[in-house]
Amino acid sequence: MVIHIDNKEYNIKSGKNLLEACLSVGLDLPYFCWHPAMGSVGACRQCAVKVYKDENDTKGRLVMSCMEGVKDGLYLSIEDKTAKEFREQVIEWLMTNHPHDCPVCDEGGACHLQDMTVMTGHDYRRFKYKKRTYTNQYLGPLIHHEMNRCIQCYRCVRYYRDYAGGDDLNVFAAHNHVYFGREKDGVLQSPFSGNLSEVCPTGVFTDKTLKEHYTRKWDLTMSPSVCNHCSVGCNTIAAERYGELRCILNRYNGDVNGYFLCDRGRFGYEFVNSENRIKRVIIRNRAGEASTEEELMQHLQPLVSMSKIIGIGSPRASLESNFALMQLVGKQNFYQGISEDEAHLNRVCIDVLQSGSVHSASLKEIEQADAVLVVGEDIWNTAPMMALAVRQAVVKTAGAEASQHVQIPVWLDSAIKELAQEDKGFLAVLNVSASPLDELATHAWHATPDDLSRAAFAIAAYLQPGKLQADNFSEELTNQAKAIGEALKQAKNPVIITGVSSYNDNVIKAAFDIAASLNTAGRKTGMACVMTECNSMGLALMDAPAFNHAMDSVRPNGHATAVILENDLYRHLTPNLVDNFLNKCDHIIVLDSLHNSTTEKASVLLPAATFAEGDGTLVNNEGRAQRFFQVIPNADTQVKESWQWLWKMQMLRSQKVNGHVLHPDELLQKMETDMPQFKGITSVSPGHDYTIHGERIPREPHRYSGRTAIQANKNVSEPKPFYDGDSPLSFTMEGFKGVPPSWAVPFFWAPGWNSVQSVAKYQDEPNGSLKGGNPGVRLLQDKKKENADLFFKDVPEQFVITKDKWLLLPKFHVLGSGELSGYTKALEVLSPELFAIISPKSAEALNVKEGDMLQLTDAGIAYGSLPVKVLDNMCDGVVFVNAGSRGTVGMNWGTRINLAKVN
Amino acid sequence: MAVKLLLEKAHVEGIRTYDVYRREGGYRAVEKALKSMSPEAIVEEVKKSGLRGRGGAGFPTGMKWSFIAKPEGVPRHLVCNADESEPGTFKDRYLMEFIPHLLIEGLIISSFALGSNATYIYIRGEYAWIPDILEQAIAEAKANGWLGKNILGTGFDCEIYVQRGAGAYICGEETALIESLEGKRGNPRIKPPFPAVKGVWDRPTVVNNVETLAAVVPIINLTGEEYAKIGVGRSTGTKLISACGNINKPGVYEIDMTISVEEFIYSDEYCGGIANGKRLKACIPGGSSVPILPANLLFKTAKGETRYMNYESLSDGGFATGSMMGSGGFIVLDEDQCVVKHTYTLARFYRHESCGQCSPCREGTGWMEKILKNIDTGKGKMSDIDLLWDIQRKIEGNTICPLGDAAAWPVAAAIRHFRDEFEWHVLNPEESQVRNFGLAHYADAREVVA
Ligand SMILES: Cc1cc2nc3c(=O)[nH]c(=O)nc-3n(C[C@H](O)[C@H](O)[C@H](O)COP(=O)(O)O)c2cc1C
Ligand code: SF4
Ligand code: SF4
Ligand code: SF4
Ligand code: FES
Repeated sequence: MVIHIDNKEYNIKSGKNLLEACLSVGLDLPYFCWHPAMGSVGACRQCAVKVYKDENDTKGRLVMSCMEGVKDGLYLSIEDKTAKEFREQVIEWLMTNHPHDCPVCDEGGACHLQDMTVMTGHDYRRFKYKKRTYTNQYLGPLIHHEMNRCIQCYRCVRYYRDYAGGDDLNVFAAHNHVYFGREKDGVLQSPFSGNLSEVCPTGVFTDKTLKEHYTRKWDLTMSPSVCNHCSVGCNTIAAERYGELRCILNRYNGDVNGYFLCDRGRFGYEFVNSENRIKRVIIRNRAGEASTEEELMQHLQPLVSMSKIIGIGSPRASLESNFALMQLVGKQNFYQGISEDEAHLNRVCIDVLQSGSVHSASLKEIEQADAVLVVGEDIWNTAPMMALAVRQAVVKTAGAEASQHVQIPVWLDSAIKELAQEDKGFLAVLNVSASPLDELATHAWHATPDDLSRAAFAIAAYLQPGKLQADNFSEELTNQAKAIGEALKQAKNPVIITGVSSYNDNVIKAAFDIAASLNTAGRKTGMACVMTECNSMGLALMDAPAFNHAMDSVRPNGHATAVILENDLYRHLTPNLVDNFLNKCDHIIVLDSLHNSTTEKASVLLPAATFAEGDGTLVNNEGRAQRFFQVIPNADTQVKESWQWLWKMQMLRSQKVNGHVLHPDELLQKMETDMPQFKGITSVSPGHDYTIHGERIPREPHRYSGRTAIQANKNVSEPKPFYDGDSPLSFTMEGFKGVPPSWAVPFFWAPGWNSVQSVAKYQDEPNGSLKGGNPGVRLLQDKKKENADLFFKDVPEQFVITKDKWLLLPKFHVLGSGELSGYTKALEVLSPELFAIISPKSAEALNVKEGDMLQLTDAGIAYGSLPVKVLDNMCDGVVFVNAGSRGTVGMNWGTRINLAKVN
Repeated sequence: MAVKLLLEKAHVEGIRTYDVYRREGGYRAVEKALKSMSPEAIVEEVKKSGLRGRGGAGFPTGMKWSFIAKPEGVPRHLVCNADESEPGTFKDRYLMEFIPHLLIEGLIISSFALGSNATYIYIRGEYAWIPDILEQAIAEAKANGWLGKNILGTGFDCEIYVQRGAGAYICGEETALIESLEGKRGNPRIKPPFPAVKGVWDRPTVVNNVETLAAVVPIINLTGEEYAKIGVGRSTGTKLISACGNINKPGVYEIDMTISVEEFIYSDEYCGGIANGKRLKACIPGGSSVPILPANLLFKTAKGETRYMNYESLSDGGFATGSMMGSGGFIVLDEDQCVVKHTYTLARFYRHESCGQCSPCREGTGWMEKILKNIDTGKGKMSDIDLLWDIQRKIEGNTICPLGDAAAWPVAAAIRHFRDEFEWHVLNPEESQVRNFGLAHYADAREVVA
């Protein structure tokens, strides 16, 4: 529709509010309480404009632009004098109590309040009185609190409570003394608390980890990056200064994480700066380090020239590095560095997603689902942002339903909230144990993975009454299956979520059967399969055998060299298995960024770049390939991307002259040619020689303070900026100015918009796609719709509880389960200790109580003993062990083990 | 003697008890309404009566009732607003304290008319002793078959619950009241949706003032038509006025709306004149949020016509020279009262009672309070007066709920009519601390008249 803004015509999509309309056509209009992901509440009154009845109306009416919908032919004015004066007045009001402490405020220079103040033109303060002050609170190790700066926009509580479902942050008191905080000091309980630092338009909630090594935002060197800490693959901005990673910011991707990140993703970056980093080449049993590369190469030459060379790939290393390893060792000698079981489960996921009968759902699609079923995956802990997306689906569906009859637009959050009240859209969670997601669920049910697959089968059977025979189910299960099946059937966009962490392929298969049964003529059902690591999907797509087969391929004294890529094998596999393998190999070359149990075994240890020091591509659980770019220049260190090391080794092995400088795009090209499943991988981003009008894309904002004298103690001359030959991004502030292509956005900034709110200028419309489309390429291309066969004809077998064999399963923790994120002190503090977790009934059967010790043994493998923790709301017959946290070892997840009380 | 419809029996010995109330003709209206009238007919009768909401805004009650949505299978609620927290207003308390059964009777009829099976009285927290009186009355009514299941064999069920507020003025605003009733923070909601469509727990809800609901009893007893004959124009029926300030006889008076303001102040039947033989300076005729009027605009409108105690006449002249009926809190200021201090006191109240949700009210009220305090204590500047004017002007009409307006209007009116007094305070910082500006050039209205 057409609307007139200050006498100019604009084409606007219907269904928007006036503020969104103004922003989407690139106009500037100040606002605070409205948030693109959270809608309007009309609290701050900052966004006032004049609206006119028609073109002859000269008086107009002052309205809050976020509270009025667009109407065809509408006339509005941003420039109107009354409107401008009012907006300036609002800032003046807000400023009466704001401490004006920008110089010491972490938000300074990237502050929405600063920007809006300048935008309204408010420059003189008529308020001559004392400002009100507050006591700040300790909110834990992640978020810093400075209440005096608050402008009472209510975004924080709306985000924390309504959007993210937390309940320990609230608004207290009243009038001009409202307080945003906790009832008393204490750690914020939501694993999505970090977003407060971006949601708050001023410096009340800020990133405490950044504070520990603070740098002004404009002085950061920034790169587009991808989160390393789970399989969701949220888009991030990695930010560096003086060789240190300073913080992680959200990078908007309308199909993936939108405006938010989870705390593991936002704060889990500190491993990059860890003292445990491998910074130099280490050659064991040799005096002194290899001081030159030549020396190292001499040493490596015989190792890589062994007749048998085995490559162990990694689910957390980039595609480039995994592929380079495959190139070095040959396809037949490349193995996935994960257990046979996990590899099998990943394979099943890929098979179902590629069957042609379901559609691999993005986070955005999950967010828009009107019914969600989660089977056998504790997504709150294994894929946090997916859990947040499910929450939005549930809440928004309820809102959309409630608003249908009263003609309230979906963006009018204040009204939608009242209308929906406690209503929720449909969510069923069938899991081994409870999670905070259960609170939102229409159905929450806890059972062993076998029984979950039976429940899923029962639902599929309800949906395909002719085809599947469901007998012998308990009445409870039958009724539940009917209720869930019916709700899914009624839904327009159902999504089925499952994953590998119950270590049971029947769960995934049965989930698929449900999804496939829900297809309608018009659409394929959305399905999401959660995996364990940031590139589990990428590695699985390479379709190599699992680690267990590497074992069989080396004979004792087979003169083999193992090359282990960025992988602590002891975390994924049982220690005896790894020891067995490593003992068989003559030489062990390990590439990694941090010391761990596997690097200890290395005969040659090569310092690998983290995501911050290198470029690479990761494939998330949706099958979306996404590129991250280096942000820490590593000019004078030995740290290199693994693929670079591997390329050098390949040159050695093939005895070619080592002259060619390899670019990652070449690797990807070769990968695309060699492996058709990676078709499209080269279009994630263009090659290293890409420029815009001959200019590269600067990683530093033009407001960068310039190079400083920080290195003057070494050399008074200004050092030449590091040249990044691998990507089209430069390590300078010079280069292309303007909105770069969506895959190459190192930071968000626009004239007058220095805060994260500037993302609006990079989008087609608020909450929409980035200009030119959201980044990432979906590798699991939507095949033509096929009706693949269902897996099950008959009911999967029931789980039988026995007193001496307990099903061993991993228990993940939202903040604690990242191998790398565990190096952030703050997250480590918040992670759980190691426990053997059992249900009350199991505890009774084992005659143990909380705090007792349990001995865990598995066919001869002694896992040691762990303290008991008794968990209500988990099924019987299962023992959980905290997985993924630092210090945990690989276990035979999904197998039955013995438990015995230690006296 | 003027007609009394509400308080006629308020001082009959023992009227608080069911037996006496019943003996005096109580619950006749319920009998009539439930036995012989349909809910629609009752709404029609209330429409005909011309009854306007007594909570402050004066919205026609019958019309409000006819807006209530009636979706299939969704319960509806009537909520009685007994939060009465406006400075100067204490009529509802008086009614509830002395003749509680009248309110209960009105509530039963109104609940029947609106189809509310669960009706709530939301009562101001500071009225600590009133809930017991109401609950006693409810229990008696229930024991006698006027409440509970199948009332009078009509098949209509009704319960009345008393909910205490925690002492926030804003919880008298109907949507904040609803939030508070739901157990939430008492922040006003943004409309739409309106309570008539989505109110308490998302159900269609009508919120009415105590006096409004009590007035339903005489309407049913007399018929709407007869009720409408009392009063004048669109100000029908009787109105409770709580009079206070520098008068001889502060108290709650039931008036029919044909008497003049002058009569109300000077007649012995009502206020009995200004206390201590002082002269009249100004008056706030409808509760603290309506504009203050100087004596010379109080008895005569700007056009020189007599001002009466009714909706139309009190607001004659708009805000420039008139005021409002509001909630009937009639506050009289004599020559010794200082308008600056008085305005400061009100500003302090509104600052404290702002819910803190929207910027103009939250920040504006705080700022106005500080400026007024400064002027009052002799630290003000001339520019402060213009600043006050500017702030109140930008608050008005630009907030989520009308509390913003309620905070702006008293300041605006004080400056509009008493600017010289503000200026005198600024120019005479020391003198203003020991001496009052007094009447200055405002003569007592009676002298003006003479
Ligand atoms: C700040 C504020 C306070 C209010 N307080 C009261 C109150 O204490 N009692 C009341 O009846 N109405 C109060 N109102 C008016 C109510 O919002 C509502 O209009 C009234 O209860 C409707 O009843 P009526 O139609 O019977 O007048 C208040 C309004 C505002 C804006
Ligand atoms: S703390 Fe920040 S987000 Fe919360 S109300 Fe204050 S300014 Fe807004
Ligand atoms: S850990 Fe997972 S969910 Fe959290 S930010 Fe990283 S990718 Fe997203
Ligand atoms: S006007 Fe005042 S009381 Fe009303 S919503 Fe705004 S801040 Fe709250
Ligand atoms: S952004 Fe519109 S009122 Fe706050």
